[in-house]
Amino acid sequence: MKAGSFRYERAYTLAEVFRLRREAGGDAQLLAGGQSLLAALAFRLSEPSLIIDISRVRDLKGVSVLPSGHLRVGALTTHRELAAHPDVNRHAPLLAEAVPLIAHAAIRNRGTIGGSLAFADAAAELPACCVALEARIIATGPNGERAIPAATFFTGLFATALAEDELIQAVEFPCAAPGDRATIVELTRRCGDYAMAGLAAWAQHVDARLQTPRLVYFGVGAGPVVAGAAARALGPGPWTPHKVAEAQTLLDRDLDPPPDQHGGPEMKRHLARVLLARAVGKLGVEPGVRAA
Amino acid sequence: MSLVIDPRSVDRPNSYIGRSLPRPNARKLVEGRGQYVDDLVVPRMLHVAFVRSPHAHAQIGRIDASAALGLPGVLRVFTGQDLAAHCDPWVAVLAHLKGMKSAPQLPLPLTTATWAGEAVAAVVADSRAVAEDAAAKVSISWQVLPPVTDMETALDKPTPVIHPELGDNLVFERVNESGNVAEAFKTAHKVVEATFHSGRHTGVTLEPRSILAEFNKGDDTLNIHHATQAPHMMQEVLAKHLRLPLSAVRVICRDIGGSYGIKVHVYPDEVAVAVIAKIMGRPVKFVADRLESFGSDIHARDHRIKGRMAIDAQGRITAFDIDDLTGIGPYSVYPRTSAVEGNQVVNLVGGPYDFPNYRAKTTVVLQNKVPTCQYRAVGHPIATAVTEGLVDLGAEALGIDPVAFRLKNLMQDDTYPRTSPAGMRFEGLSHVKSLGLLVDMMDYRGLRAQQQLLRAEGVHRGIGFASFIELTNPSPFMYGIGGARISAQDGCTVRIDPDGSVVAATGVTEQGQGTEAIIRQIVAEAVGVPIDVVRVITGDTLTTPYGGGTWACRGAGIGGEAALQAGIATKQAALNVAGAMLQAAPDALDLVLGNIVDKATGAVRMPLAELGRIVYFRGDTLPPDLPRELMQTRHFITKQFPFAFTNGVQASHLEVNVDTGLVTLLKHWCVEDCGRIINPLLVDEQVRGGVVQGIGGALFEHCTYSPEGQLTVGSMVDYLVPMAAEMPDIEVGHVETPTKESLLGAKGAGEAGTAGAPAAIMNAINDALRPHGAKVFAQPFTPERILAAIGRVPKR
Amino acid sequence: MSTEVAISLTVNGERISRRVEARRHLIDFLRLDLGLMGSRVGCEHGVCGACTVRVNGLIARGCLILAASLDGDSVETIEGVSDTGEIRDLQDAFVARNACQCGYCTPGMLLTAAELLRDVAHTGTTPTRAAIREHLSGNYCRCTGYHAIVDAVEAVGKARMSGSEGGKP
Repeated sequence: MKAGSFRYERAYTLAEVFRLRREAGGDAQLLAGGQSLLAALAFRLSEPSLIIDISRVRDLKGVSVLPSGHLRVGALTTHRELAAHPDVNRHAPLLAEAVPLIAHAAIRNRGTIGGSLAFADAAAELPACCVALEARIIATGPNGERAIPAATFFTGLFATALAEDELIQAVEFPCAAPGDRATIVELTRRCGDYAMAGLAAWAQHVDARLQTPRLVYFGVGAGPVVAGAAARALGPGPWTPHKVAEAQTLLDRDLDPPPDQHGGPEMKRHLARVLLARAVGKLGVEPGVRAA
Repeated sequence: MSLVIDPRSVDRPNSYIGRSLPRPNARKLVEGRGQYVDDLVVPRMLHVAFVRSPHAHAQIGRIDASAALGLPGVLRVFTGQDLAAHCDPWVAVLAHLKGMKSAPQLPLPLTTATWAGEAVAAVVADSRAVAEDAAAKVSISWQVLPPVTDMETALDKPTPVIHPELGDNLVFERVNESGNVAEAFKTAHKVVEATFHSGRHTGVTLEPRSILAEFNKGDDTLNIHHATQAPHMMQEVLAKHLRLPLSAVRVICRDIGGSYGIKVHVYPDEVAVAVIAKIMGRPVKFVADRLESFGSDIHARDHRIKGRMAIDAQGRITAFDIDDLTGIGPYSVYPRTSAVEGNQVVNLVGGPYDFPNYRAKTTVVLQNKVPTCQYRAVGHPIATAVTEGLVDLGAEALGIDPVAFRLKNLMQDDTYPRTSPAGMRFEGLSHVKSLGLLVDMMDYRGLRAQQQLLRAEGVHRGIGFASFIELTNPSPFMYGIGGARISAQDGCTVRIDPDGSVVAATGVTEQGQGTEAIIRQIVAEAVGVPIDVVRVITGDTLTTPYGGGTWACRGAGIGGEAALQAGIATKQAALNVAGAMLQAAPDALDLVLGNIVDKATGAVRMPLAELGRIVYFRGDTLPPDLPRELMQTRHFITKQFPFAFTNGVQASHLEVNVDTGLVTLLKHWCVEDCGRIINPLLVDEQVRGGVVQGIGGALFEHCTYSPEGQLTVGSMVDYLVPMAAEMPDIEVGHVETPTKESLLGAKGAGEAGTAGAPAAIMNAINDALRPHGAKVFAQPFTPERILAAIGRVPKR
Repeated sequence: MSTEVAISLTVNGERISRRVEARRHLIDFLRLDLGLMGSRVGCEHGVCGACTVRVNGLIARGCLILAASLDGDSVETIEGVSDTGEIRDLQDAFVARNACQCGYCTPGMLLTAAELLRDVAHTGTTPTRAAIREHLSGNYCRCTGYHAIVDAVEAVGKARMSGSEGGKP
């Protein structure tokens, strides 16, 4: 499974990336962590003529807290760095909770958030987390920078709203407010596998109550799927078993899962219902207390 | 001279047999300094990549290699026609499997590709990467034919016949019958039945299939470095089909990264590499990549079995009746054949139990899918799952405890030798004692009590048992009598060197199970030297005695016995010389930890090194007619029993989440009776590895196909192998019922774990689901299948 | 622009300068260019873990890294880590417990386990069996069934922890 032949260029600045890409006329691929790209090359699913290594572009690195109250995570932040960073743990703890679910340590040491979002695997954790936290993806290209809301970033199976000449520079998350709750639950056949079904959930704490949550599924569609009807059925907390049951029924409006090797659409819907109950259970529990 | 080995007397001289010593090979392996075939680099070495059929069934039209040959670094592109001129086809049938038929097969097919993944052209280049580039540029005009992919309809009239000259898609059919099954079912107090499925899966050796072939034009010898379990068999096959004398072919095995039966078969692409090496006169290497492995390593265990069991009013099993159907590939695999798995199923169902009436049928049919053949434990996991599944159904139907039902029906430990209703001859087994030991080890009563309590809280734990028999130490009755040139005997040459060190060359081989370790232990004890002066040679047809390699758990029992006998003979030869040197009767002397000693007192008379010096360098000082053969070869073959059957019993304790269908394996136990244990550490680890391999087939592994014959699991992402986080701790216990066929008394142990694990898992899952009245019988027991059984999702 | 790239990196402490084909992954570089055969390929798509090596001190899948991208980086393989003696206790435990059978997964398994145990002496905590299993969950072994491997890693963790009593080593 040797990759087909290609040229390789290392870029140190964004300007260099844009230039190299333009010169390759659309037949170049960007190499960040390489954890998805190299496998695609090995299967010859991807046969670019040029690989542009962006792993040294300084403008893509770093984690910082912005005066606007956002946590800015550079695209080249590795999963390992993400989970370990104090600012991430403080301001977007959902991300730190999600990272251990991603593959295995060796992958997390090199895989990046930018790579994960650009690859847009429908069963991946971070895209769903970004949607759940209403992150914005900072895309940059020769024509400048723009912020794309996570909700509209993922456009289909392995597809994003990035223009052909754009790349992800950073991801910005609203800093968590006191009392905000978020959790991620997933079901896998084996530790580290892509999820059979997963759910990233977030709820804001206002006036001593958790508000209507944001529920974002993964592994059950072409990308992150927002379960709006189910969330509205839940409404603000507390979430009684009756409300949860109602929300589970309404999931049928939100989800239209394609079959995969783990199961047919009904299996996926069923797992989605199970995850809803679990996530709601975890959200509604005080930090430090284990959910049932 | 006889040698009495008492496993209890660990302070006997040179007591290595029975001790848990670490393997001598392990040190270099943990330092990454092993030498596997792909590590070998020789001058002017070339690489092969194969063009493989994308279609399950298609006529091969024009092969246009012009673009491929235009790439720098590409030397040749070979087609079926090119290689057929240099290689005779083979047909994989065994004469004792009556009526068996299969079509001739060549390294590359001439006219038709019959499975998606079949190699149809070979590209030779100076690197694997360039060979792959070129393979992608070979253009073949295909004429797609309808594929045969449903074993249930393989013999129906409308279904295409894959090899028209064979007349139909039937490979082999057999009914094994004794007693009066019809009567037994007619008069039964209870009849239980189920339809079982064993899912097609494969071995996934971490080191892929690998071969480096060199043909030396200077002396017309073919030298192969091969990741194979049976180098002498490969030597035989290559010599025969490449039209070379046996003496001109040498097969060498170095370190092998796992085999489990996958690497004991003849693969057309590997034969192609040997032919190419011969044609080109340059070394040629082929290492399958993972994608190729899934599409060309043998698959196994694709069965549908309808089973019934009859029980009388006393709760005794009176009959088993099974109907097995299995879909193999388009060819039976050479030379062991692809009918053996089905044949084993009809030989082994009901194995542990005492009942009079038996009927078992197997139907083996061709499919346009990857060829199947023997894979660790072969038919045992299937036969055990069917047997133990029916036994649990029987216990449930009678309302009695599954252990109690087994105790009532297992062959009693003092009723041997005996022959099973299936015709299997047992020398001595310990089913009852083993089950007793297992029940103690696992605290069965405690687990049952806990299960009850947890059920009340909605937690579904299950306990499942699997008693099993396992064939080891095969005689020629397995392959030889069928005409296959597969050796059931084995040999060992032991040699004392001038400094008292010892070299043992053996025909059994090493793939990580510890063959070299146990041969070393046996030889050190038999000769009477410290273990660290013994060096073992395996895996070289030129320098070891002619043997059979390692398969069907024959290494310890057959290879070990040859080593023991050779070691004893070598010691005797040394003592005869010592007697002459010391003016003592040889019987009054012994060789202990490298010293000639006075047998009665243990007093050291002379170091072995001194004897070595004299024999090799000062032979003039010995009596002229004194024999001084410090190198002895012995061969061993089993003579009384076609197989040395072993027995064991396993238990699985697990929890089923009835919301998700996921199964958590809490713990696993196996009690194994493999006769005399040479190294308990190695046996335990073989059992554990085998158990997990069986669990893989039970819960995770499945080679699934589209109706068009496309394998839908192509990578390690889709094909799920067991990984550490989901596997349980596995406790192993032992009973030892030695075989009297040999001095060593060892039977085999390598496949026992795999034989019983799927049945134990299945029974545990069904035990967990008992409150729901749900059962699963189709492996792998995926979350979807479990949820469907309890009605949480629709059946698909 | 050619398909070859000049790289200069450190491999097992040795400075290496080579021109490599752009498409060559790190494992092929180690094996074909440097003759370091202890790192190996099992699946070539990043799942089995047989290719696990250390890059800049952290474990990584060698088959998912282009050698061309490692200019200025540092790579350690099983041979180098063995020679330093850093994992001697782990290797001894693997041998003693037969946690290594065919040996093919072993280099990757050892380097992965070593990363888990690296901090035991400093933190004074040792991973549980469940944590060990989870950390090793990306390393496929077909021979052992994992139990002996977990035993070995657990034993070494405990030994290192007790070895650190009374202060940092």
